[in-house]
This record gives sequence, structure tokens and C-alpha cells, in this order.
Amino acid sequence: MTTNSNPLLETQEVTIKFGGLTAVNNLSIEVNKGEIVALIGPNGAGKTTAFNIITGVYAPTKGKVIYDGKDITGLKPDQITRMGVARTFQNIRLFKKLSVWENIMIACHLRLQSNFAGAALRFPKYRAEEKRMREKVHRLIEEFGLSRYQDDQASSLPYGVQRRLEIARALATEPKLLLLDEPAAGMNPKETEELTHFIREIKDKYDLTVLLIEHHMDLVMEISQRIYVLDFGETIAKGTAEEVQNDPKVIEAYLGVEEGA
Amino acid sequence: MVSDIFINALFIPATADAVSSSSLWQYFANGVSLGSLYALIAIGYTMVYGILRLINFAHGDIFMMAAYFAFFGIAVFHLPWPISFILVIVATALLGITLERVAYRPLRDAPKNSILISAIGASFFLENLATYLFSGKPKAFPEIAFFADTVVIGGVSIQIVTFFIPVVTLIFLAVLLYIVNKTKVGMAMRAVSRDYETAMVMGVDINRVITFTFAIGSALAAVGAIMWGTRYPQVQPMMGVMPGLKCFIAAVVGGIGNIPGAVLGGFILGFGEIMLIALLPSLTGYRDAFAFILLILILLFRPTGILGEKIAEKV
Amino acid sequence: MKKEDKILSIILIAGLFVFIAVADKFFNLYVQRVLNLCAIYTILALSMNLINGFTGLFSLGHAGFMAIGAYMVGIFTVPVEIRPMVYFMKPMHPAIADIEMPFIVALILGGLLSAFIAFLIGAPVLRLRDDYLAIATLGFSEIIRIVITNAQSITNGSLGIKNIPPVANIWWIYITMIISIAFIVLLINSSYGRAFKAIREDEIAAEAMGINLFKHKMMSFMIGAFFAGIGGGLYAALLGTVDPKNFLFVLTYNFLLIIVLGGMGSVSGTIISAYVVTAGQEWLRFLDEPLSIGGIAIPLFRPGFRMVIFSLLLMIIVLFYRDGLMGTREINWEMIKNFGKRFKLRRVKSGEVQ
Repeated sequence: MTTNSNPLLETQEVTIKFGGLTAVNNLSIEVNKGEIVALIGPNGAGKTTAFNIITGVYAPTKGKVIYDGKDITGLKPDQITRMGVARTFQNIRLFKKLSVWENIMIACHLRLQSNFAGAALRFPKYRAEEKRMREKVHRLIEEFGLSRYQDDQASSLPYGVQRRLEIARALATEPKLLLLDEPAAGMNPKETEELTHFIREIKDKYDLTVLLIEHHMDLVMEISQRIYVLDFGETIAKGTAEEVQNDPKVIEAYLGVEEGA
Repeated sequence: MVSDIFINALFIPATADAVSSSSLWQYFANGVSLGSLYALIAIGYTMVYGILRLINFAHGDIFMMAAYFAFFGIAVFHLPWPISFILVIVATALLGITLERVAYRPLRDAPKNSILISAIGASFFLENLATYLFSGKPKAFPEIAFFADTVVIGGVSIQIVTFFIPVVTLIFLAVLLYIVNKTKVGMAMRAVSRDYETAMVMGVDINRVITFTFAIGSALAAVGAIMWGTRYPQVQPMMGVMPGLKCFIAAVVGGIGNIPGAVLGGFILGFGEIMLIALLPSLTGYRDAFAFILLILILLFRPTGILGEKIAEKV
Repeated sequence: MKKEDKILSIILIAGLFVFIAVADKFFNLYVQRVLNLCAIYTILALSMNLINGFTGLFSLGHAGFMAIGAYMVGIFTVPVEIRPMVYFMKPMHPAIADIEMPFIVALILGGLLSAFIAFLIGAPVLRLRDDYLAIATLGFSEIIRIVITNAQSITNGSLGIKNIPPVANIWWIYITMIISIAFIVLLINSSYGRAFKAIREDEIAAEAMGINLFKHKMMSFMIGAFFAGIGGGLYAALLGTVDPKNFLFVLTYNFLLIIVLGGMGSVSGTIISAYVVTAGQEWLRFLDEPLSIGGIAIPLFRPGFRMVIFSLLLMIIVLFYRDGLMGTREINWEMIKNFGKRFKLRRVKSGEVQ
């Protein structure tokens, strides 16, 4: 164990096997509070699987996930989200047929105190809560520049806007740790640059810690304090942008893939 | 002849507690033959599910229609039974193919729930159609002397058909396994069942495979219906419902998509049901519940069934 | 809701009350009975739509839940003194033989028991997905019926319960319907309703948003079952008799037809469709009667034709009009006003052209 005393997120030798395939092997990462950390590696390296383990979609075959000092291994995704870990998905999973507004409102539901009867009968407590949720969602919509799409169906939005909406929705769950799975996928260099600034901005504003998977190296190198490189489920390198960039194993992994492709 | 029908009636397991307790052997024979019948119908479910990932809700009603076809062939048109059996099997296979063309093919790319509703609609339609065409009143399935004759073994008289059913089932199973494992169309079926998209890209004619699957499944249901009729000689529009549901359960118990599994599940279910009645006659009224409880247990503790493979979901 | 819309809604409900009063006074018994059936089917279909259309759970257990409510009313509202006559084959179990309840109590208890049974069933089956869930709930619906058929000292078995006081008049039924619709609409438009829709749209994303899938599925399933029990109780008190055969699972197919026609996930669609289908099934009874025009018998018309048409209708909708009447949309005041405006606009425009 190298760095400081208590990281916000830590995976301890996490391994997961699907049948005979080891998708992630002995993954040990640490993300400290306030950091932006990137997880990179060629396709099929096990990055998204690692995200799925951290967020509770899969239970690891071996190893532990510690968040905020608590062992969250094997908890269900909704429990982990309620503890303050939010995520986006590589292939965008919005509630397609619902409006932008509804998409974000849904993400507020987890903090609701009223029970279903109180909600259906519109007790004063629920009314107050609903009002607060609406205000919060309204703020997020403005901040993310989604105002003009507010009542549109999520599936009808331009691709980039859908990505933004997914981040807005994740933030509505009030996370401390935000996991972004290829937030710049499908974006051109200009959009990617905007996104880079945007991630920094929301990180500061909402006091977030960010773990991200990304293929756009410009974004990764500019934004992240530390980088973990995965290949075939193994962690082949870790360190700062420069350290990783000059690591022969990393170069080999990437070139190898390019040759094969 | 009349007394034979009476004996038949006794053999309907719902009244089986009337049979003396000394005839455990008879229960055994009943269990095996009911199990075989379930197995024949279950194969149709498992094959369709293997390929389309769809519960063919109307399969039990295809079985029911086959029983009516047999009734008409023998009792109304007075065809010799071997000829009418062949006609019944062909007609039922055609009905199965038509069902797929009309109710499932147009929805192949639709949301799963739509296909499910279409399947339920098809089932509902066939039941209502049978009620309309043939009236809701049960009809007596014609007796076929060859099957209905009884032999006395160990002091118990047992119909020949009771022995016949498992033999026929095993023969058909062997033929089917040969087709699936050794022929070209069988290979295509396995390919589609394993990976629909890839099989399509590799040039497998999906529509042909699906048509063939429905034809075989329905033909086996027809064989089952004929034997069912000789055993429990009553034909009515809702007769396919319970066997249909139970045989789907049999397919799940054995491992959906797996043909030997469906046969195994059929035997477990048929045998378990008869044994339940034999050993705990006070629960006879709950025999239809047995299958559903078995379903819940299997889905909870071994959702892939006894012989099934694990399917992982992609996130 | 805007103030203006609130007033319009109140006017609508007041109008409905006037209609009920008129129906109660002037309509003949047959028409009243059809209207009552329509209202009961509205409750049943809407509660099924809450589970299937709004939460995306393909449940086929509604006939069973309805049976529980119906039997609760049947068992406990038949006057104690005539019970020996009803339970003539096997006397009623002594533990309940002397318990008689007012209709409203039995009705609510029926709903609650139905919800409780849904809780017991839901624990294992709500973890299953679409088609497996459909088969399992259908199976449980049949198990409920089998238990009812066999528990003769409580339910009178296959003989059914007769002489249930027919207290459910048009007022009872319509007020219950209004309350049920209002509750379900308010629930759907609350944060819980949004959570249900999220589950319907994408379970994995819903879970990632912190929604406890099992808890919310269970909630929707139990609330749906509660209202199915209420619908069943009204049904028993409308018909005056219950029988296990009334609750065969094909009854659930009727509700399925209603929600598919109306739109899975639309309240207003369900209400319209419940009336169209129920009244249609009543008024199309002539299809089951032999018909002759000018002395020539039309061969198609005989018993069973009506249901052939309705099952065909279900297939046609799902094959060609998958969204039904409304899809997941709703009729609201905005829409009606816009429709009125557009209509006016068109008239003005065509006036200009002339």
C-alpha cells in the first residue's frame, strides 16, 4: 500500500471470473478524495467490468471494494448509489422514452423520505420534498444547458446532449464519487475539450472525486492526476501521465492492439 | 368396450385415489406414461425457446387442435387410424408453421413484451376458435382397439398404450437428437440457438430454421395429443392449457433450450405428479399446483434448470 | 396542476355524479349492470396496468387477486342465518361461521389480503424477468383458484357462494372507481410513479440511480393486487354469487386485452378501453345468437363467435397497432383545450380561404 492513509475508494486485489475467463485480475486501485483518476487500456481490458464491480453490478470472485472506509463488496447497485457513488454508462442508458426533466427527477428519488401513501395523497411533507426536488432539477437543467430540451424525450436529443444529461442525472443522486465511463466517446476534439473543462468545473463545484474510463488521451492526460493502465484484466502500469506515457509495457499494449486491429 | 372406457376413466390420475393402494406398480406405469406425454410436448417449448427466446404460449393449444384433428379423422371421417395419424401430424405441423408466420414473425424485432402478448393472443384465439368451431362440450376421443386393449400384469390390468407411450417417446427423441446433432438443418438450428446474429451473418437461413423448428415441435405435440387422447379420451377446447403450462415448466426444470432436458423434466413432472397422488392422496386436489411450486423452486435455486447452461446478461 | 385545470376536473367529477344519479334513477337494470361492470373492469384493468404498463412487470396474476377480494366479500357478507343453506354440502368452518362484516369492511380487508398474498408471491417471483414472471404469476393465479376450490369449509369449494347481498349499487361502484383512479393517478404522478417508469424503461439504469428494484416492484405489485381485490369484492357484490370458475386465468387475458388496446402505460387509454371492451362484450352478445336476415341464416353467428372476435382483436392490436389507443400518452386538459383551439383555428383559416 503506497499512498496516503484513507482513500475515498479502494479496490483490494479484486478479481472476477466469468466461466473460464478472468476479466479483471488482482485490481488494486486507490482514489483519494478530490482526485481525478483515469482507468485506461485497450478494448476488452476489463475497465467497464471494474466499474461494474465497484458499483455493485457484479460481485467480485475475490477481493474487496472499500468506499469511504466501508466495505461495499457485494452490496447492490442502489445501495452503493445511495452511499454516494454515481456513474454514467459507456453506451448511454437514459430512460429513453421519458423527458429530460423526468430523467433527472428520477435520480432524486433515492433521497425521498415520504412513503408511497404520503406521496400519492400529497401530504405536506411530500409536497415540500417534491418542491425541493423540482428546484434542484431546475438548477441542474440550467447549469447543464438543458433548458431548451427540458420536455423532450431523452432519445430525441443529440448525442452530445445525451451524454451531458447522463452526467446531470448522475449528479442528481448527490454523489461524492463520480464514475464516468467513456464520457467523450463519439465526440470531436472541440467537444472533448469542452467536456474536459466541464468535468473540472463540476468537480470543483460539487466537491467531487472522479474516476473515469476514457480513450481520448488528450482528455486523460490533461485532466487526471493519476492513471491506471489495464490490459487483459491485469494492471500493467500506474502513475502520473508522464510516467505512464513512457512506460514500455503501456506502449507495447497499445501498439500490440493497433497491430492486431 | 364400454367397460374399457370405464377403466380408462379410472386411469385418469385425478380420480386415481380410487385405485387400490396395492398397485404401486400401476402408479409407476402411469407415471412413466404421463411423463412421456409431458416430455413430447415439452420438447416443442424447449426448441422454440432455444431459438427465439420465446415462450410459445400457444403450444398447448396446438396440442389441443391436434387432438381435435385426430378426433375428426377417426370418429367423423372414419379414416383408418394409421392414415389419420399421419394426416394429423402433418396438419398440426402446418398449423404450427402458420402460427409462427402470422403471430411471431412480424414481431421478431419488436419489444419482448409485444411478442409475449402476441403469443398469449394466439393461445386465446385458438381456444376461442375451438370453442366456436367444435363447441365447448367435451367430445369422446374415439377408441382405438389396438391401444386400448389391456394386459394383466401382477393382478393389475394395464392398457397397452401405457407401455406404448414411453417407447414412442424414446423413438422420437432418438430421431430428433439425430436430426439436431447429425444433419445440416440440425446444425443450423444449433447455430441459431447459440448465437442468432452470428448465425444470420454466417448465412444461415433463419426463417427456414424457425419454420422447421415449429414444424417439428408441433408434430411432436400431435403425437402427444394422439396418445393423450387414447389415454384420457376426452377432447375439449381448454384441454391444452394445463398440459401446456406444465410442459413449459418441464422444459424449464430440465433446462430450457435443452432437448434431453425437456424429456427429463417431463418425466420428473409426470412421475412426481402421479407419486404425489399415490403417496399423499389427500393432496389430489392440489396436483395442478405441484407443477407451479416446482417451477418456483427451480427458478429460485437453479434458474438454468438441471441440464441448462448459464446465460450471462450484458450490461 | 393549474388552477383552471383543477376547476375543470372538479366540474368533470361533478358531471359524473349527475350522470350516476340519472343512471340510478332512470336507466334500466341491464344498462346499469353494464355500466357497473365497465367501472369494475376499469379498476381491475387500471391496477393491472400499474403493474404491467407503468412498472413493466409482465404479471398475469390478476384473476387470482380478484378472486381473493371477491371471496372475502362472499364469505363474510352472507348473513349468518342463511349460511347453512349456502354451505349445504359441508358446513362452514366454526372459526368463521359466526363472523359477519359490513360490506365496506370485507371489501377493504379483501384488498388488504390480496396485497398480502401478492407480497408472499412477489418475494420469489418478482426477481424473475418478463416471460418467466408471466408464467409464474399465472401459475400462482391458478394456485389461488385451486386452493379456493379445495378449501370447502371456508369457500364452499366448487359450489361457489350464493346469496351474497347485492349491496354494490351504482353509487358504491362509481365512487370506488373514482377513488381508485384518483389514487393510482396521483401515485403515478408522484416520485414513486417516476421510479416505476424508470424500472420499466431500464432496470440497470434505475438501479444505478439508487432505486431499490425489488422494493419498488413489490410496491407496485402489492398496490395493483390491492385494487384487484377491491375490484373483485365489488364484482362479488354486484353479481351476488362467486364461483372458482369465475376466476380462471383467461379472465386475466380480458384485462390484458383492455390495457393493450388502451395503451400499456396510459391511464386515460385504459379507462376508455375498459368501457369499450366491457360494453362491447356485452352488446356484442348478439354475435353468439343465431342470426337470420330475410329468412337466410347467417352461418357465422353462433356461440363463441364473440370471443373469437375479441381474441382476434388482441392479436390485431399487438401486430399492427402496438401502442394501442394511447401508447404511454394521456388525455389531459391541455390536450383537450388545444384540440378545441386547433378546431377553431381551422375554421377561421378555412373562412379566410373562402
